[in-house]
Amino acid sequence: MAKVIKLLSGNEALALGAYHAGVRVAAAYPGTPSTEILEYLARFEDIYAEWSTNEKVAMEVALGAAYAGARSLVSMKHVGLNVASDPFMAASTTGVNAGLVVISADDPGIHSSQNEQDNRYYAKLAKVPMLEPSDSQEAYELMAYAFDISERFDTPVLVRSTTRISHSKSVVEVNRHRAASVSQAGFQHDVGKYVMLPVYARLRSPLIEERLVRLADYAETFPLNQIHWGQRHLGVVTSGVAYQYAREVFPTASFLKLGMTYPLPQNLLRHFASQVDRMIVIEELAPFLQESIQAMGIKVTGKEFIPRIGELNPDIIERNSHTAGLLVGTSPRQIGAAPELPKRPPLLCPGCPHTGIFFVLSSVGQHLKLPGSKGKVPKESKLIITGDIGCYTLGTYPPLCAMDTCACMGASIGQALGMEKAGINSKVVAVIGDSTFLHAGIAPLVNAVYNEGQITVIILDNRTTAMTGHQEHPGTGISAQGKKTRAVELERLVRGIGISDVKVVDAFDMKALRASVRSSIDNPELSVIIVRGACSVHMPRRTEPRAIDTEKCNQCGICLLVGCPAIQSENEQVYIDTALCVGDTCTICQQLCPKQAIAPQSKIEATKSS
Amino acid sequence: MKRLDILIAGVGGQGVVLASDIVGEAALAAGYDIKKTDTLGMAQRGGSVISHVRIGQRVWSPLIKEGEVDIIVAFEKLEAARWSHYLRPGAIAIVNNQVVPPLSVNLGNERYPSDEEIINILRQWTDRIYFVDGTSRVRELGNIRTLNIFMLGCVSFFLPLKVHIWKNTIFQHLPSKIQQINITAFDQGRKEIRNVHL
Repeated sequence: MAKVIKLLSGNEALALGAYHAGVRVAAAYPGTPSTEILEYLARFEDIYAEWSTNEKVAMEVALGAAYAGARSLVSMKHVGLNVASDPFMAASTTGVNAGLVVISADDPGIHSSQNEQDNRYYAKLAKVPMLEPSDSQEAYELMAYAFDISERFDTPVLVRSTTRISHSKSVVEVNRHRAASVSQAGFQHDVGKYVMLPVYARLRSPLIEERLVRLADYAETFPLNQIHWGQRHLGVVTSGVAYQYAREVFPTASFLKLGMTYPLPQNLLRHFASQVDRMIVIEELAPFLQESIQAMGIKVTGKEFIPRIGELNPDIIERNSHTAGLLVGTSPRQIGAAPELPKRPPLLCPGCPHTGIFFVLSSVGQHLKLPGSKGKVPKESKLIITGDIGCYTLGTYPPLCAMDTCACMGASIGQALGMEKAGINSKVVAVIGDSTFLHAGIAPLVNAVYNEGQITVIILDNRTTAMTGHQEHPGTGISAQGKKTRAVELERLVRGIGISDVKVVDAFDMKALRASVRSSIDNPELSVIIVRGACSVHMPRRTEPRAIDTEKCNQCGICLLVGCPAIQSENEQVYIDTALCVGDTCTICQQLCPKQAIAPQSKIEATKSS
Repeated sequence: MKRLDILIAGVGGQGVVLASDIVGEAALAAGYDIKKTDTLGMAQRGGSVISHVRIGQRVWSPLIKEGEVDIIVAFEKLEAARWSHYLRPGAIAIVNNQVVPPLSVNLGNERYPSDEEIINILRQWTDRIYFVDGTSRVRELGNIRTLNIFMLGCVSFFLPLKVHIWKNTIFQHLPSKIQQINITAFDQGRKEIRNVHL
């Protein structure tokens, strides 16, 4: 085939690699930095690709498809594998039929997650092989190996990416194409393999151990476990993006780059160690490789000078290697300090449907203080607001300050119930997005019904999975591949499980929002408020922006407490950036202004000229 | 060319990521090795966005080391200053004359640095600072969203890639409806940088 050169992100390369490896079923739940893998796969018409309600379901869909003879893929962010860990362990136990590849995209440095965890330990826990690409070319190539290994060893294969692999673009030589599918779907009844009653599961255990031994053997000659000989004074064992950083910092050293990081090639490691004066491991996050190598009795260092937390970069490796005496003959570069400047954290967008309800919750809970206003902030808020995972977690930041907790997908509802059962005096409100609710909120809400909770659950229904880039979900009625499907109706769902106090409120109607929050928190029963308003990024057309009548404005600053990026202030005068304001759909600031100083731009200009 | 390390900085929504994609594709079309990576934080809009773009015969790390950036292209003034410690001595700084105040500034909790302060921060590393009026130029053009391509026009002046490669790449990566206006923005950027540079 003709040589095709492309600039691909790690995620694009993983998707294209899987496509060329003949994947037929792909499932995922969106999660940074993994989301684009399924988005790219969904564009191919000869693949079935779905957004599943959550990662556990996605894993089960892919596992079922693999049982039925279709090469399958499931992708997720690191914490997604926590959700999917139950079927993941099951997949390891039963094995597969056609290949099953599980992609976990970790987020060292916590760019967009609730924690930092090293999912390489999942490979060890589940006793499955793990592959790690160090750039997009390898991401592309590893997928073919991953499916082959999965079928050859009858095991799911974990492919571990990180933010910097998934979200970096590098050059890929596309050297394969998708072969025409020959196999038909089919399932062979085999209770000893697929029905994990204890009696059968016990028989699988020794097979898994034996599989691991064969895999370790295979690792010795795995083509992407590569030695690049340089000078022998220093040997660096590394994998993933850390390899690229290390090449940059130690241009003359010898390298053992591991494309397969579990199980490890013991003989290859021993050989490499014997050929170099000093061996080190450069790896991001936990000492996963280092401890395994040390357990083989091989002398190696790494985490003595490479941090165990946070994202690595060439600067950190260079600086710490100087301190550790590894960069002899060069002196540390003098780097200037970063300047002290106002930070620019992410914000809820102009016209965001979450802003209004958070303003209400904040003022009802008395978190929110006007700039310069006097009086003490109450020690215990009237409201406790348990939060969840989504754009709306940004409601935590000033000026809205309307969130007390954020743990993991769906946690808001269970946490709220727990607080109530603990007996606190405040009313507890759980805030959860529509996609998150469908992902992990239904079971805890059923639990609250069953256990007679008195909490209020606010579902922020912006009709999309916004934070990860606007993916469809079961509430939108559109599939991952753009087909019209049946939409789950949230109000019918929550009524159906037995909740009678269910209100649906317009996200931009401040009066209605305030009234519904007051009524629900006064109600001693379990209540649900569905706050509905389309994500502003999805808004098809912007209408006339708002402006401020400077004659009427008395600089009270209430509009600034909305936290809208379009409302800015310069030289003591508040103004609205007309390029950012979304216009008629929002008008939250206009509804809040006590001086009626905010109106459509043309109206303000008309009053000025008259 | 040994290697060129470029930072493209801006605020969410200004089109930083597309701009760095186009630099990458143009460099690839010209036969270079290229790596690029973006850091966006968690939200769609409003936060600081930074793209690292590295062009050369062989590129290892997608992240550039501090003190080694050859060119910074900042779509907003504060963002130019924020990454100044990444500049190598004598680096080129192309800074769009636009202020997007962060929320903390709007709320009166922090102060936006003056032009003089921003220049002084950048001057610690380099004197080759070029302010361009990108935002007002593309507003005159009638499409404020062409700012990113205007800024590419500015930086193209300093890169060893031919104009037709830039334009082909822009054509390939933008929908047909907005191709022409973006080509105009690119030309205007090239013109603007000549005016402030020479």
